[in-house]
This record gives sequence, structure tokens and C-alpha cells, in this order.
Amino acid sequence: MQPLEKMRQLFRRDQVFDFLIPDIPPDLDVTHGVILYLEDISVSFDGFKAIDNLNLYIGDGELRCIIGPNGAGKTTMMDIITGKTKPDYGKAWFGQSINLLKLSEPEIAQAGIGRKFQKPTVFENHSVFENLELAMACNKGVLPTLMASLSGEQHDHIDKVLELVGLTEITKSRAGSLSHGQKQWLEIGMLLMQKPKLLLVDEPVAGMTLQEMERTAELLTSLAGERSVIVVEHDMDFVRSIAQKVTVLHQGRILMEGSMDEVQNDQRVIEVYLGE
Amino acid sequence: MVSILMNNKRASIIFLACLGFATVLVPILNLLVGPDNAFHIPTYTMSMLGKYLTYALLAVAVDLVWGYLGILSLGHGAFFALGGYAMGMYLMRQIGDRGVYGNPILPDFMVFLNWQELPWFWHGFQWFWFAILMAVLVPTLLSIFFGWFAFRSRVTGVYLSIITQALTFSLLLAFFRNEMGFGGNNGLTDFKDILGFSLQSDYTRASLFIASGIALAFGYLCCQYIVNSKLGRVCTAIRDSESRVQFIGYRIENFKLWVFAFSAALAGIAGALYVPQVGIINPSEFSPLNSIEIVVWVAVGGRATIYGPVIGALLVNYAKSFLTAAMPESWLFVLGAIFIVVTLFLPHGITGLLKSKKESQ
Repeated sequence: MQPLEKMRQLFRRDQVFDFLIPDIPPDLDVTHGVILYLEDISVSFDGFKAIDNLNLYIGDGELRCIIGPNGAGKTTMMDIITGKTKPDYGKAWFGQSINLLKLSEPEIAQAGIGRKFQKPTVFENHSVFENLELAMACNKGVLPTLMASLSGEQHDHIDKVLELVGLTEITKSRAGSLSHGQKQWLEIGMLLMQKPKLLLVDEPVAGMTLQEMERTAELLTSLAGERSVIVVEHDMDFVRSIAQKVTVLHQGRILMEGSMDEVQNDQRVIEVYLGE
Repeated sequence: MVSILMNNKRASIIFLACLGFATVLVPILNLLVGPDNAFHIPTYTMSMLGKYLTYALLAVAVDLVWGYLGILSLGHGAFFALGGYAMGMYLMRQIGDRGVYGNPILPDFMVFLNWQELPWFWHGFQWFWFAILMAVLVPTLLSIFFGWFAFRSRVTGVYLSIITQALTFSLLLAFFRNEMGFGGNNGLTDFKDILGFSLQSDYTRASLFIASGIALAFGYLCCQYIVNSKLGRVCTAIRDSESRVQFIGYRIENFKLWVFAFSAALAGIAGALYVPQVGIINPSEFSPLNSIEIVVWVAVGGRATIYGPVIGALLVNYAKSFLTAAMPESWLFVLGAIFIVVTLFLPHGITGLLKSKKESQ
């Protein structure tokens, strides 16, 4: 009877084979107010522990700064969140429902985590507007791209992002002709076009003038709230100007967490980092 | 229509007007103006101009992948030649029993090789529509097959250029063999008529010339449509910063594959129009040097403009026809010199020179 029963199951017409059901990642669930959970994460490269038992929680809508000396594991941590590196142990969840360790890089980007690298890379031969258009979240197949025309809604979205990053007056300029700071903002804008829920920003103000830094600080604070932002930065003045909460990494562990004042007055932090 | 041409509107209108004018004028000067008149264009010249138009279409196809997508293909001659062979096979079947050996089915070279029946891949080529379909389909499928492996393995830059070169060279060697069934060394020739019209008649020649002009206009408009769409912007973005495009979420290997395939299809059409006007197709069309020459046309005319390569193809080929008649030994040196001069002094070709002149005024 067993094989017969199996055959019957196989030919039932009211159900679909498991492997044919598309793998849809669940929607982001932040009902507990936390958008990113990293628990007991460890990674080692050739015996060197880049991340050692790291626990980090980022609240929904929070703007978090992460500081730490070179080799503290900041970039490795970003790599784990974006799926570039798989940890040896630990858990990484995006909201309560999405297991980041099971997703590939593009899937994580699709799920709503955007990352900005240190060096600005924009499409130099395209205009500011076209850069944002290319980055826009939409069907990115070949044929839909050939037939694509901007809907009113999409146009509004681009205009809104242009305003947010302060490039409204130069939409038609070639991106290659922009200043270093403007390129950084444009790249943040390109990230925003993908409507991320969590933004990872790596050293946004490296090489910026003071005024540009101020603008960037304003921009990043305005972005938090609707989305969560994690900023990795070396420049202490800049961190002080934006940070609500600061996390200090050292040798792959969290040394301490707190407001900028607390962090600056902490003896351990001064020893490993600020005092140098 | 207007939106297609938006970016290069003025240049496109001028280009299409010139092309349309030439496509009408040349046949008129050939057919309606008597041979005694100073404006008469001999049939030989008209066919030569028609050949140039098919070369121009080929250059447009190469510009689409090189200028916009950054893939320097040194093997587009292969797609051109395959399109040409498809048309050549149809023309061979049209000869029927008028061949030297008078065999109603088998082309002369098969009779000569003592073959008893038609190889399977020659079936269907008695129909014109089938030949045209194959002239488009075979290069497209080959390019998809080739591109699927090359782009998926992330082969880029010089390495890709070298394997495209290897592709056309291996086809050259294969088509040289008699056993392949494509006429070996001699290729396919001695054509009699196309669609029932004699290839020797001036009217057929004029029709072929007009068809070449229309095909070029068609290819031009398709390429303009592509490069002015969002797809075109993605292509130039891939050319400038491949990894960034991938990071945004585009599957670049698919984009490369389909644009490359479309370009191969255009090259196939160009080849199919080339063969009846030249009257012969043989394996030398696969020679790597031919493919390199195409790249020189594009470079001379100006990359990433679409109309530039047309100008380049016409100028370089006119120079070639002129020089190989006047000073046969000098042509390869001149070709080399042109390439060096363009690379050193005219990185954007002739159209780039005109553009920068205009901007400096």
C-alpha cells in the first residue's frame, strides 16, 4: 500500500510540489522595535579572530555610529550583514523574520539593506538624474529595461531623493563633473532609490571639506527615523555631531556602547583608541 | 519615432536624410540616366556602394557592442560570414540544373566531390524565407552559445577579444575543409538568380542596393532605440563600471548576452545582403584580419555614435578600393597607419573631431 499511497500523493492535482513553490523571503517584521540582530557572531580568517562573539542590536529608525581602531572588525561586520562573508558561528536576523545567513548578497539587497562603500563610485558619464534612475528599485530584467519608461510615481520618487540629498539644481550635470562631496551624496541617493530599511554607510566624510561634512551630518540625521542607519566613521568630530548612540569595537568585540560623552570619558576606550 | 531619436535628434535626421537620398538617387542615376550622361553611375559602382552599405550595417552592429557595452569583439566577421553563407546556400540551390554538371539538386562542388545526396543542413535552403531566417538565426544562436559561456564566466576585456578572434579563426579553418560541405576553399559562387530575377540585371542590382539602404536604416533605428532607452543607459553603465551595475541589482551577463546577440543578428543580415552583390562567399570572410578591419572602421568613424561607424566604414572602404587598385602593396601599411593615427590623435574618431570643433567655436 505504501508505494501506491505515495503515487497518489504525487499525482494529486490540488497541490504543488514543494520545490516548485518560489522561495519568497518573508516580509520585514520589526514589531519588537529591533531591525537588526547580531548574536554570538564569530569569524576567523586563518586563525585570526576578526569578529569574536559579537552581539549587536540596532533599533528600528536608529542612527548608530560604530567606531574602533583599525582591525577592530568594522568592515568584517558590514560584510557579514550584507552577506559577503559568512560567519563561523552566530545568528544574524533582519527584523524577526529574515535570516540573513541564508540569503545571498543580491537577496539581502533586495530585502532592504543598502550599503555605501568608502570610495564613491557613481556612473561618471551619466547625469545625476540617470544615476538615480538606474539605481531605482524596479524590474531589472533585460526586456523590461528596454521598454522602461518612468511612471509619475517613480519620477516623484527621484525628485524626492534629489531634494533629500540636495542635488536638485544639478540634475542634468554629468556625475563625473561633481565634487567629491556631491558624489558621496549622489551615491547615498542611489542607495535611497532602492528604498532600503537599513543603510550601512562606510566612512562617509573621508576627504570632505568642513562644510560638506556639516551637510552630510544633516543628511544622515534626516535619513534616520524612516529607516535605520549604521555609520562607520573615524572622524570623531563628525561622530559627535550626529551620534545618538555610539558602539566601540575593539579586537572583534564590543568594548562599550553609550552616548558620545560616556564613550569619550570611558577609561578603556581612551586606552585603546582615543588616547592614542 | 521622434522620441527614438531624441538624444541624437539632429544628427539622426541628417543621417537618415542623406541615406534616404542616396538610396533613391543612386538607382535613378544608374537606371534612368543614360550611359552617355556625365551623371550616369555604372552598375559596377552601384554594387560596390551597396557592398559598402552592408559593411556600414556591420560597423553599426560592432559599434553597439564596442561603443556602448565595452565589448571589443574581434570576431564579428564570423557572424557576417555566417549570414553570407546562409544566403549563398540559397543562391546555390537556385542555380538548379544550370550548373556545369547539370545536377538539378546537388551544387557543382558536391558533384565534383562525388557526393550522392544533399547533406541534411542544405535542406530547406531552396526557400528564400528559410535562408533569410537562417541568416539571422544561425549567427544569433552562435553568439548566444558563445556569449552564454563567455559572459557567465566573467571573461572581459582583452581576453574576450582574444577568444572572439579564436572563434572566427576556428570557423575559418572549419570552412576551409571540403568535408564541411560548404564548398571548401572556393566557397560558394557562380550564382545565377535571386527570387527568380537574374543577378546580372541592373534592376536586380538596384533592388539589392535599395534593400541594403533600407537594412542600414532599420539597423540604425533599432540601435538608436536601444541606446536611447534605459537599456542603453544600463549598457553604458556596464561599460564604465561593471561591478557597480551588478551591485545595483542588474544581471549584467544577461544584458551583455542579449545585446551581443542582437548585434550578431544585424551582422548576419548585413552578410546576407553582401553576398548577392559581391557574387561570392568563401572562408576568407572568416579571416581574423577582416574582423579587425571592422573595428578600424568603427574607430575611424567614432565610437558610441552609431552614425560615426557608417562614415568610417564608407571612408575606409572607399580608400581600400581606391588604393588596392592604384597601389596594391600599400593598402595594409595604410590600414596600419590609419589605426595608429586614430588611436593616437583621434580617440573619438572623425565625428569626435567634428564635435570638438563645434564645441570650441
